[in-house]
Amino acid sequence: MRRPDPTVIRPSEITPKETYFNRRQLLQAIGLGAASIAVGELPSPAFAGAKLSAERNIRYSTAESPNSYADVTTYNNFYEFGTGKDDPAANAGSLKTEPWSVTVSGEADVTGRFTLESIVKPHALEERIYRLRCVEAWSMVIPWVGIPLGDVLKRFKPNSRAKYVAFKTLFNPTQMPGQRYSVLDWPYVEGLRIDEAMHPLSLLVVGVYGEVLPNQNGAPLRLVVPWKYGFKGIKSIVEIRFTEREPPTSWNLAYPQAYGFYANVNPAVDHPNWSQARERRIGASLFSERVPTQLFNGYGKEVAGLYQGMDLRRYY
Amino acid sequence: MVSADPRRFDRLLRYRLKPLLFLAALLPAASLLAGALGVHGFALGANPISAILHGCGKWTLNFLLLTLSIRPLATLTGRNEWLRLRRMLGLFAFTYALLHFLVYLILDQSLDLHAVIADIAKRPYITIGFTALLMLVPLAATSTGAMMRRLGRRWQKLHRLVYVIAVLGVWHFYWQVKADVREPLIYAAVLALLFALRWRRSRSRPAPAVPQSMSRGEPIRQSR
Repeated sequence: MRRPDPTVIRPSEITPKETYFNRRQLLQAIGLGAASIAVGELPSPAFAGAKLSAERNIRYSTAESPNSYADVTTYNNFYEFGTGKDDPAANAGSLKTEPWSVTVSGEADVTGRFTLESIVKPHALEERIYRLRCVEAWSMVIPWVGIPLGDVLKRFKPNSRAKYVAFKTLFNPTQMPGQRYSVLDWPYVEGLRIDEAMHPLSLLVVGVYGEVLPNQNGAPLRLVVPWKYGFKGIKSIVEIRFTEREPPTSWNLAYPQAYGFYANVNPAVDHPNWSQARERRIGASLFSERVPTQLFNGYGKEVAGLYQGMDLRRYY
Repeated sequence: MVSADPRRFDRLLRYRLKPLLFLAALLPAASLLAGALGVHGFALGANPISAILHGCGKWTLNFLLLTLSIRPLATLTGRNEWLRLRRMLGLFAFTYALLHFLVYLILDQSLDLHAVIADIAKRPYITIGFTALLMLVPLAATSTGAMMRRLGRRWQKLHRLVYVIAVLGVWHFYWQVKADVREPLIYAAVLALLFALRWRRSRSRPAPAVPQSMSRGEPIRQSR
């Protein structure tokens, strides 16, 4: 078979973006466009689909074509709403994201319970087009809207013992029917080393495609760490805790041989059940080949320094 | 519905039920094909290759379990005529297994034989899935009446492999899922029930004589 140059984007791979750009034009038309975006604003109530004003951060955005809004919002891993890819879109309507608060605790000077608004409002929203690489060897390109995680964390004044940051998802089996089955040990927990959390690429996300996050994408507040596998991007966050020790993480607890704490995208370290060397880009044609996976999902220039001297095969 | 007259029942089965079942068995493949071609209402979602791959895999298991259900059905209803459906169901299991593998080979792996061989060698769940597919080949190849007659009692021995294949197939499914094993466990439970029925039958009854072949079609064989 002839191997097409993987850097050439075939017409079949280009996402229909008319909708997207129409939406952006609409934003501009109603005065939320480029001229008036000095301060990002989270509409209240923050219902899914409400427009957000955010300036695109060119520096941290890939030039690749984003996946369609339909792909991004109907093909999700969010086991709190079921383990099928289409379950979250079908079931996440029961999640109440308003009001929402986040408890901050642990090794920091400023702790307590904060409303979503008080966490997000002081920061300017940014749009960043990131690659998302799922540990299941598929990938997407997604225009997130959010704020740098580090900027938010600094406001809580972590102390010198804060070596890690732990995150927790809402536990509410009534609103999250998937939690009625112990597929994972609920609630979902994740964590980052403090330097990873402070890295400018780590993003606290409130929106996608210029709109408030739909529930199935982790509303109202989720993490996106683009150089790590998607499962590190914990959704519907209700708790942030600064810790001295490495916090437990859900997939690592479930299957430690397959999922490490770091979970950096690495084509050289396979999942026991499949190779991580290549990935299927969602939205490509039926006959297009998998594309090679890049170390740190292509963000190596920015983040490789965080792992200098570490054996990435051991700390997978 | 079921006629008391065995010959009428046999005709009903052969000329009504079997063709209908044949068409019904094509529906899953037709629906996946329609989805792949973008026919409205048959959408396969954001990852159509995965949907086709898993669809074919699941229907392989469905047809395997249906094939294994025929003997218990015949026993429970006291009608060996049901056995007339078994070969067709078994061949559909083989067909869907082959499609499953071809989708993996061509669409999922883009004919990268190096990667496919590495997968089969390195990933235990793929190793057992591929083994099950290989074991289905001799069963499909010896499914004709001529082969049945030629192999005689050895034919029955050979075709008992289907139980091994079913175990490997369900195991392949169980091992493949990331965390939610509920669905593979349902398949395992159904398979366990079919095993129990078979075990009970083999304990409670001596091997019945092979019935005389019907006027047309393949001879009906006992599964023991």
